[in-house]
Amino acid sequence: MDLKQMKVMPAPADLKPEDFRKIGMDEKEAEVIQRESISAWQDAWYRLRTNKLAMFALCVLIFICVAAIIGPMISNYDYYSNDYLNTNSKPSAEHWFGTDDLGRDMFVRTWMGARISLIVGLAAACIDLLIGVIYGGIMGYYGGRVDEIMNKFSEILYAIPYLLVTILLLVVLEPSLGTIILALTITGWINMSWIVRGEIMQLKNREFVLASRSMGAGSGRLLFRHLLPNAVGPIIVTVTLSVPNAIFAEAFLSFLGLGVQAPIASLGSMINDALTAWEAYPWRMLFPAILISLTMLCFNIFGDGLRDALDPKLKK
Amino acid sequence: MKKNKSLLLLLTLVLALSTLLAACGSNDKGASNGGKNNTPAENGNSGEDGLAADQTLRINLSAEPPTFDPALAEDSQANTVLKTMYEGLVRVDDEGQPLPGTAETWDVDGVKYTFHLRKDAVWSNGDPVTAHDFVFAWERVLSPETMPAPTYAYQLYYLKNAQKYNEGEISDFSQVGVRAADDYTLEVELEAPTPYFLGLTSFYTYYPVHQSVKGDEKWALDASKMIVNGPFTLTNWTKGQTIEVTKNDKYWDKDNIKLNKITMSLVNSSASELASYKNNELDRAGHPHGEIPTDQIPILEKDLKDELKIKGIASTYYYQFNTTEKPFDNFKIRKAFAMAIDRQILVDKVALGGQIPAFGFVPPGIKGINDEYRVENKDDYFAENIEEAKKLLEEGMQEEGYTKLPDITLLYNSNDAHKKFALAVADMWKQNLGVDVQTQNQEWAVFLENRQNLNYQVARAGWSADYNDPMTFLDMWTSNSPHNDVGFKNEEYDKLIAEAKATEDNEKRNENFKKAEEIFVKETMAILPLYYYTNVGLEKPWLKGVSLDFSGAIDYTRAYITEERK
Amino acid sequence: MVRYIANKFFYMLVSLFILISATFFLMKAIPGDPFTSEKKVPPAIKERLYEQYGLDKPVYQQYLKYLGDIAQGNFGISMKRANQDVSEIIGQTFSSSLKLGLVAIVVAVVVGVLLGMLAALYHRKLMDNVAMVLAVLGIAVPSFVVATMLQYVFASKLHWLPTTGFNGPLYYFLPVAALTAQPIAFIARLTRSSMLEVLHADYIKTAKAKGLGWMAILFRHVIRNGIMPVITYLGPMTANIVTGSVVIEQLFGIGGIGKQFVEVISNRDYPIIMGITIFYGILLMFARFITDIAYVLVDPRIKLNKGKEG
Repeated sequence: MDLKQMKVMPAPADLKPEDFRKIGMDEKEAEVIQRESISAWQDAWYRLRTNKLAMFALCVLIFICVAAIIGPMISNYDYYSNDYLNTNSKPSAEHWFGTDDLGRDMFVRTWMGARISLIVGLAAACIDLLIGVIYGGIMGYYGGRVDEIMNKFSEILYAIPYLLVTILLLVVLEPSLGTIILALTITGWINMSWIVRGEIMQLKNREFVLASRSMGAGSGRLLFRHLLPNAVGPIIVTVTLSVPNAIFAEAFLSFLGLGVQAPIASLGSMINDALTAWEAYPWRMLFPAILISLTMLCFNIFGDGLRDALDPKLKK
Repeated sequence: MKKNKSLLLLLTLVLALSTLLAACGSNDKGASNGGKNNTPAENGNSGEDGLAADQTLRINLSAEPPTFDPALAEDSQANTVLKTMYEGLVRVDDEGQPLPGTAETWDVDGVKYTFHLRKDAVWSNGDPVTAHDFVFAWERVLSPETMPAPTYAYQLYYLKNAQKYNEGEISDFSQVGVRAADDYTLEVELEAPTPYFLGLTSFYTYYPVHQSVKGDEKWALDASKMIVNGPFTLTNWTKGQTIEVTKNDKYWDKDNIKLNKITMSLVNSSASELASYKNNELDRAGHPHGEIPTDQIPILEKDLKDELKIKGIASTYYYQFNTTEKPFDNFKIRKAFAMAIDRQILVDKVALGGQIPAFGFVPPGIKGINDEYRVENKDDYFAENIEEAKKLLEEGMQEEGYTKLPDITLLYNSNDAHKKFALAVADMWKQNLGVDVQTQNQEWAVFLENRQNLNYQVARAGWSADYNDPMTFLDMWTSNSPHNDVGFKNEEYDKLIAEAKATEDNEKRNENFKKAEEIFVKETMAILPLYYYTNVGLEKPWLKGVSLDFSGAIDYTRAYITEERK
Repeated sequence: MVRYIANKFFYMLVSLFILISATFFLMKAIPGDPFTSEKKVPPAIKERLYEQYGLDKPVYQQYLKYLGDIAQGNFGISMKRANQDVSEIIGQTFSSSLKLGLVAIVVAVVVGVLLGMLAALYHRKLMDNVAMVLAVLGIAVPSFVVATMLQYVFASKLHWLPTTGFNGPLYYFLPVAALTAQPIAFIARLTRSSMLEVLHADYIKTAKAKGLGWMAILFRHVIRNGIMPVITYLGPMTANIVTGSVVIEQLFGIGGIGKQFVEVISNRDYPIIMGITIFYGILLMFARFITDIAYVLVDPRIKLNKGKEG
């Protein structure tokens, strides 16, 4: 339909109302988008899929997860039985990753450790993400008194000696994986909330937010549809970092007595144990260290890919 | 894909590089001699008797002593440093024999001791060391007014009325059994005969203190304020960083003091301490004031055989049963657990420090009548025997009416070595008795609180000697002892110990000790002895004259450094 | 601005009070006290110690007394290190941590921002990958491993640097390197990520379109905006680093406040625990306050003291 032409054409005088009929096209239909609708998530997934590096990292991560589940099962050894005739033996056909100071098979222990570390790291990161983003989002978005009070609360929590809290947790609760994750997340989310707060503060006066607000968007919509998606870069960077942070914090906790109870070990505590004699028995440190570094590397590459895919500002 | 490969490759390379360096490391072992840190000193007796020109000894303390006030000290690091700065009435040699210290001679008459002080002993400010200084120091330790109350005041309870004075029952110090007859004669009267009292006077709580410290609370925190009577004076104390003592030219025996200086770093990491030692930044590492990683001992036995010094000390490592709590309220079950482990393997493969398997409680090194107590009374209170243990366990379970043992948790304080040991023991119980035992570690203070409140089933423990006598190990298990945290109560035991405390007769004491130990270990099995400790240290070949006593306390005062050190 | 600062200061005092109260009762709730030891202190002596340090009174009385002391600026004396002033101990240990920390922060920010910028400017090129691999290594390898490797390579093998100690400029290299590995990585990634965003922003295109030189764009727009998350991170990071890393201080034998804090907590040295907590709290709140000010200075669009409606 060429509206322009219609306008400039002088209307013929002899037209009667009967000359007009509905052709079955109302205004609403005119607005229909012909191309199949793609949600933001589908779009992101599409872009992520095309990022080969990120997909490869994802595959490695999945492989590590699967290996952490089945690795200990395919071996003839278990992670807790000691063998004093084979302490600190080198990697061999018998023990693929060698043995540790009590003669335990390192292959099984490494994958068991990966299992623990992954659970701890992922769980802690998820909780950090959830609490941190919401808390930081609210702080940054509302500002003023709300920000002041919530901000101070997070600062107080951050400043309370973490060790005291963990020691008390250990006394009150049974030492278990859940307790460790709890101990890690009590203050773990705060950093995330601060990062998000800073981002939101920066974004909330931007034009697109004003535009959306002037069109009557509510706070929730503004925060979750406009502000947070635009802060996705730093959020993902922080999350990919909170995974290793949680994993290493766990190693520190096990040193204090709140970590997983031996003979179960995490990768962090295995490295810690092996470190005092790593020159003599490098395999005891190397395998857990490679695994942990590989996991981190993949998390980071994947995180970058995710960021590129999710960030609306990077759309090409 | 390609990019990703190169990333992975790089990562692998970096990791591999560190391994490579490690591998290189084991090839040129011992060859490394940095020698950077040995600055030649201007003074010193160079050339004499093959001594090095620079007589500076470098050691590490794994914990910083909280104070250098002898009255308040209570840790082995403070002991190491205080030994260089102070001298008590006597000194003790390697064999535990008293040598003249500030006292030149002494007479013993039952509970009465008379010490004749040497006239040439002076404080580092030139004042003579007199008997009054000892009275002053001991009153300070015992006085209820001292702030803070010295926790080791009980080390002086051997003196007549000392405990009463300390607890405020009497307020007149002149009733306490110590008196300066004149400037150089110290008269001491004890509560009861104490054969080991002479040795005790070499302990830091008994050191004299210069009377100028009265009213000055911070004197022992400040290098410039410390007036001492030992071979060295405190010349630098940078908190958290370094401590340095320098030869005291006013010390009466200064001609026998070869070291010019002792510098102490304060590193609380066994791995770093070993690295520093290997890098020639330390002349001695390890016990008693530092630590070497246990893992490294087998390697050091190969690489640095001549420098590794392992010496038994009078301390016992054991697990204790809570005899008031299921299932260890049953003697047979306790005994089964004690018999079902292989201590030799634990020592050889897990503890690694050349420790001696323990089947008793009093460790070697403690004096008996003519020889060591442990030599005169063998610790054959029980033997390892898996079959027998299984049988005992079954009998015990029957007695208690168990079809299955209750859940058992082995408690230990967070520490890598304890963890390893606990895992190994638990694994042996599982293999040999078929019992699943959980291991659980706790932060030190939490652990102690739980143990002292009998809130455990089986827990790790260790005990070291306060003085060279079986009493220091055996009087802790009397019914009213504050250290008895196993719920052990035995009237005969209490009687035996009380008798031993009252008598001077060595034969009688020894007999009572043997009986008591038998009741405690053989007949009750209230504890599960594991091993007798050793001191593991590394000493550079150029360091000579270091002396370690029975308890593992170290004396550097007569040490020296030979020309070998460049 | 004066009102703004006064307001902030008031909030700070209130939070400090809450912090003190929470920590005090938390500390008293955990088992053990300064005189818990394997060789038990005889009951009579322990009682006297309790009296001397006021531990014999009910906890709420101890708490009120402590608040009174603090109000007068009296942090008390250590219960483990006889007669040592808490403020003195904090001063001594903090000075070591501060010296090391300041050097570390400067190194971390300079190297981190530089790496991140290079990575962003050469997005998806070799430089980007190299910078990010370095960054990932910094994050992926725990600091105790980094520290041990550094000691092994530079002290044990090459003999270039001392293994432990803190007695001069030479002693800074290894701990600073170990201490900054993670912050550098974090800063580099934050910078890269936020710079990438900025580089795609419309105002950069505008700036380019109006013919601004790339140097001007870089410094006037890209860095200024791209550095925002770094500033957010800088506050807590500064507080974190200058309050000392336990692991680094332990491995390198540095008498810093981080190591001290862990020690006094395991010793239950109450006055020092409180002292360091308060000190740390003030430092953290101050650092966050500066961060907020820095926001305003760097980004004029942010108004701090106004709510949504303002």
